[in-house]
Amino acid sequence: MVENRVLSLEETNRALKRKAISNKTKHIFSLVFVYFFMLLIYSPLIYITIFAFTSAKTTGQWTGFDMKAFVNLFSGRNKDGVEIWNATLNTMIVALTSATLSVLLGTLGAIGIYYSRNKLWKKSLQFINQIPIVNAEIVTALSLCVLFISVARLETSFFTLIIGHMILSLPYVVLSVLPKLEQMDPSLYEAAMDLGATQRRALLTVVIPDILPGILSGFMLAVTLSLDDYVITAFTAPKDALWEVEVGGNFLNEFKTLSTYVEGTMKLGMPIELRSFTAILFGVILLVMIGMYIKNGVDIRKQKRIRKFRIRRN
Amino acid sequence: MATAAKKQRRFNFRGSLCMPFAVFMLLFVIFPLCLIVYFAFTDSSGHLYLDNWGKIFTDSTKWLVIGRTFLIAFLTTVFCILIAYPIAFILSNGDRRIRKNKILVYIFILPMWVNFVLRTMALRDMVNWFTSTLFNFQLTSTHPLVGVVVGMVYDYLPFAILPLYNQMIKMDKSQIEAAADLGANPVQVFIKTIIPMTIPGIISACTMTFMPTMSSYVIAYYMGNGKMSIIGTEIEAYAGSGTQGYNPASILSLVMLFIIGLSIFAEKLFDKKGETREGGIW
Repeated sequence: MVENRVLSLEETNRALKRKAISNKTKHIFSLVFVYFFMLLIYSPLIYITIFAFTSAKTTGQWTGFDMKAFVNLFSGRNKDGVEIWNATLNTMIVALTSATLSVLLGTLGAIGIYYSRNKLWKKSLQFINQIPIVNAEIVTALSLCVLFISVARLETSFFTLIIGHMILSLPYVVLSVLPKLEQMDPSLYEAAMDLGATQRRALLTVVIPDILPGILSGFMLAVTLSLDDYVITAFTAPKDALWEVEVGGNFLNEFKTLSTYVEGTMKLGMPIELRSFTAILFGVILLVMIGMYIKNGVDIRKQKRIRKFRIRRN
Repeated sequence: MATAAKKQRRFNFRGSLCMPFAVFMLLFVIFPLCLIVYFAFTDSSGHLYLDNWGKIFTDSTKWLVIGRTFLIAFLTTVFCILIAYPIAFILSNGDRRIRKNKILVYIFILPMWVNFVLRTMALRDMVNWFTSTLFNFQLTSTHPLVGVVVGMVYDYLPFAILPLYNQMIKMDKSQIEAAADLGANPVQVFIKTIIPMTIPGIISACTMTFMPTMSSYVIAYYMGNGKMSIIGTEIEAYAGSGTQGYNPASILSLVMLFIIGLSIFAEKLFDKKGETREGGIW
């Protein structure tokens, strides 16, 4: 039961202090918890990065500091090194192409869904958009294979690969644009129309700039999902390379993205060039983290300055 | 003026913009799924053929695979929720000083820049190195089931965090405070207010981990040292054997679609306010 008596000043201070300490321990505990799991998520990458600086055949053995993995990766004469860069290029081309197309189709789709007047049509489109998200990737991949190979009698090609990746990312683009449309002030579009803009002009100069953050985050998500994908790529990627690359008299004429290349090497164990490549990727991620951290700090300082200015003015 | 208004009502310019999207989804999502249903009941020449169903469902190894898939998916989902729940709670309701958006990007987006096959491979190497230096055995070859679950939890944890987080930021905090003010202890507050308010998020997180776990044959293969085949492995094996394998693969896919349908139904049952959104990370 709550006691009904007046606390002395000392007691109040003590209670406040206790509360502050418990808040502080809570804060520290939650920080430790979150960052511990974050560290766990990154630990395999850290592990590989460490063993990129030695040239033992398998990871876990340290045979002295060595830059061989990096030298091989960049020399241009090592088969695995050239294959990795070739696969990276393919991966980037696929990711950027599919993400661009997804963003175009998805943004228009989201605008269309949001402004359509028929409730049933709107609901069913949103439901269809949800299907690839909840559907198992392998079912999506198989269904595409059935469509392209058994029914349309096509070979898998660059085109089928792009379609596959678009299905993967399109729903996420729609889902990141829709909330921005909901936040938008509807009278802006009406005002533009009243001021004599055509529908297309109002859309391009009023609506699109307003939902641009959603479009950009949709693009980033689309690129990320495409970079991460394996299953759809394995089912829909073409067999032959888009162009041939020569290494030491051998021609690389199989089409490989990073995921299919890595999968191919998995049975024999990771080649050391892949370790150094992982280390570079991890470095890029670290740079992005640091960049975000600095940007965050700048934003906070800016906010503080604005607040101070307001207080002074008052 | 009246004619202009009429014209506008007749033709909804902005609404019509979804047509390319609708056609694309119809052609490459709905139609292929219908094809899966069609292929499940026919043979490779297109005639009605149901023997595949009998062949698959009287095969005891297939039942073993299905049972194992459920076990792995269940364990993964439970561990994912147990770990993701406190993380999502801290990020959504914890101290304001924790930069949530930043951490979400760190957990969700950035690791995905390293392809998931490469991440799985790195995880396998690290886990095996860890257990062989400490306990003198290789996890993936001596305990393949544990290895697979570790791999799955590692890969799908972010997918459990995001829906939970999205649900928890919508949580009504005054209810929690009211429960505490009315004399509920922390455990009661948790069970009586926080859990009921986050049930849609929990279900959505379950779907987001359970479904991919059932199909992700790459993790099952490499973290289980080739011994742990799951439904996804079987589908891949059928599909890899050529076009005649598409029919039995379709049957197994249909089974998966059925389970997916059930989980969506469960989600709809609990989530009355509409679906949990995926956006808002950046």
